[in-house]
Amino acid sequence: MSKTVKLKKGLDIKLVGEAEKVTAEFVQPKSVSIKPSDFHGMTPKMLVKAGDSVKAGDILFQNKYQESIKFASPISGTVREIVRGEKRRILEVIVDSDGQQNYASSGKIDLNTANGDEIKNYLLNSGLWPFIIQRPIDIVADPKQSPKSIFVSAFDSSPLAPDFDYVLHGENENFQTGLTALSKLTDGKVHLTLNGESPSDTVFSEAKDVQINKISGKHPAGNVGTQIHHIDPINKGEYVWVVNAQDVMIIGRMMRTGHYDTTKLVNLTGSSAKNRKYYRTIIGAELSNIIDGNFEGDNVRIISGNPLTGNHTNATGHLGFYHNQVTIIPEGNEYKFFLTKGWLAPGFDKFSNSRLFPTFLMPNKKFVLDTNTNGEERGFVVTGELERVFPFDILPMQLVKAAITDDIDGMENLGIYEVAPEDFALCEYVCTSKINIQDKIRQALDLIQEECM
Amino acid sequence: MKFLEKYLHKMEPNFVKGGKWEKWNPLFETMATFAFTPKLVTEKGSHIRDGVDLKRTMITVVFALIPCLIFGIYNTGHWGMVAEAGSRDLPYWADMGTKFGIGLAAVLPIVVVSYAVGLGVEFLFGMLRGHSLHEGFLVSGMLIPLTMPADVPLWMVAVATVFAVVIGKEIFGGTGMNIVNVALTARAFLFFAYPTSMSGDKVWMAGTEASVDGFTGSTALGDLASFMSDKPVFENLQTFTNNYSLSDSFFGMIPGSIGETSTFACLIGAVILVATGVGSLRIIASFFAGGLLMGGILNLVGGNEYLDLPAYYHLVIGGFAFGAVFMATDPVTAAQTSMGKLWYGLFGGIVAILIRVLNPAFPEGVMLAILFMNVMAPIIDHYVVQGNIKRRLKRLKTA
Repeated sequence: MSKTVKLKKGLDIKLVGEAEKVTAEFVQPKSVSIKPSDFHGMTPKMLVKAGDSVKAGDILFQNKYQESIKFASPISGTVREIVRGEKRRILEVIVDSDGQQNYASSGKIDLNTANGDEIKNYLLNSGLWPFIIQRPIDIVADPKQSPKSIFVSAFDSSPLAPDFDYVLHGENENFQTGLTALSKLTDGKVHLTLNGESPSDTVFSEAKDVQINKISGKHPAGNVGTQIHHIDPINKGEYVWVVNAQDVMIIGRMMRTGHYDTTKLVNLTGSSAKNRKYYRTIIGAELSNIIDGNFEGDNVRIISGNPLTGNHTNATGHLGFYHNQVTIIPEGNEYKFFLTKGWLAPGFDKFSNSRLFPTFLMPNKKFVLDTNTNGEERGFVVTGELERVFPFDILPMQLVKAAITDDIDGMENLGIYEVAPEDFALCEYVCTSKINIQDKIRQALDLIQEECM
Repeated sequence: MKFLEKYLHKMEPNFVKGGKWEKWNPLFETMATFAFTPKLVTEKGSHIRDGVDLKRTMITVVFALIPCLIFGIYNTGHWGMVAEAGSRDLPYWADMGTKFGIGLAAVLPIVVVSYAVGLGVEFLFGMLRGHSLHEGFLVSGMLIPLTMPADVPLWMVAVATVFAVVIGKEIFGGTGMNIVNVALTARAFLFFAYPTSMSGDKVWMAGTEASVDGFTGSTALGDLASFMSDKPVFENLQTFTNNYSLSDSFFGMIPGSIGETSTFACLIGAVILVATGVGSLRIIASFFAGGLLMGGILNLVGGNEYLDLPAYYHLVIGGFAFGAVFMATDPVTAAQTSMGKLWYGLFGGIVAILIRVLNPAFPEGVMLAILFMNVMAPIIDHYVVQGNIKRRLKRLKTA
């Protein structure tokens, strides 16, 4: 029973800096970094120490409180450093490449004979498990739970996002293997949700063992959270797992080859980036291969991920575990005179969801946006603006207020179990009062996990 | 503007923590952020942010008020001349320069006092709390004068503004936290604190010190309310409508508070607010609908001249349009859910006309109706939110 959903709410932020659909050849990164902070709430227990030599697929650390969840090295080489921060918290594990790519032998798995538990154990032991995220709470899935369904989105609608049709073109077998494996992990269905506005690549449209749904509308149509809400919503006590499409392909590839090969396509985007195209690289890879010499000016922000939800990094940083995109945009750390560029200016360079700038009359114009907040933080004043970009049957302002005030009953009633911080990214973007809504939702989810799960 | 930017850079260290003028930081910051959008960058979450901020939102409301202000100045001048001449027969569109002059002399001081006193109080609280001035008063400071009779003593404006900002807003935590509309709090304060100056039938009117000359500067509402008493000003509705024609009332060529008389000017403001999305069309439209509905019901009941006043007349006289467009739409004090906004506006309109017609002590019901609905808005929202929660629970049962 496939479903078709049409969204009326949402917002496409049209930015300058799309990537050209050309792929640069793979260059072996000099180092990779796996950051425990990419896996929210996880405390690592190290299994290697600096100087150890590892193969691609060897386990670097495991979750201290859930030891079955393991995290593998994407490359072969030596562990250069375990970077620690305050209170000796582990910030990242850096592995230097040996220039080759030697894989540890985790073995293949035959999906025709394997049952759900065997697949689960295979994923856990091989370090593939962290690709599976659970809703509610938006953390790495708890292997002890059984999800009522699994969601994979076949497109990314966020600003400057990679085109999955291009990224996964020709990966039909790997992707299908991944989907089939996922379908054995749930009693329910695997939902693959396609973009209803344009035909999809055969890798998606001919997928089997899944329910194919279509969703059309503006961003966040491509967010799994939106898709779950409209197709198979989460109630209290239920679990849904989600996997990024490119990660499904990585899972499938390992099952077929037996190699922990995390090669994937990442697009370089953003108004300050040059040579904007797709780069073949590895999870956690040094960004220098991609961005060296490929951005204009010094005063730029380098983001691993998209501009709405990505992580702030720098020219010597590494790609985030879940990211398919690198974005470079200008920093906005300069004063803007109020009559020429500030709050009372005509504002032909400002993109806004409100109609307070003339640019709302130019729906096709693309904008160069910097990281300036364009105003100071205030209390909530304007009402109705969050609702316009939040296509859920959830009252966003009321939920955010419940989150800010730690009102657990309120949050449960208003739908905290259905949302992830990324679902509020657009709300945060449009907020006139410049409130960091994603952070508030993250804190609220942490509270819910502590008190109610 | 580089020199100004450089100067601000140079001065900034004096005002930060530990600087020699540290406690004046809110004042400095307000000035600096007025002239320059600060160089704040995103730290958490979304790296890019919408171009809009509260300053732009608020200044748009002030722009939307300008037609009301300009017309109010002219109208005040006109009725000032009428009062002086002691005759209502002066042509409206003559002596425009003089009328503007008289009007400006009456209105400008009220605007200045309102802003000066209000901003002063806001600064004081900003310094106590250590934050810069929040933008809410940009609008309140303009709304307060426009709701005042033109001959209000300036000290009363000052006292009312202090009361409104402190009791109406700051004790709740400032902009965005208040329960009732700040400008209406000022108006209500004068209404109840100085009843002898603004009592009964003279509320919402431009007296322009008229009684001195023996001219009763009563308003349409005052005259209408007298239908409910033993001594009506007019014999019947016919003589009333002869005096206050529908077009005069719509365009605002009648006595009243400074900014309220012209429904036309209010509608220009409404167009600006709705087009930019700052004001809620739902509230404005449902407020008018509520007034029309209640007026219609009273027409059906009938029985005396006031009850028989055509329902649409209610929308163009008094402060109805001004209240609907600029007061009821205040997003902080209105209902916040989109369904709630419809009910809030509808009941606001109904209650306004109900008070206006049936309560002889209050010839103008709009102010009290909106304040009442401000208090009721959280309850309306509560039921809308409960509706959402129930609908979501139902999903669980059917699933």
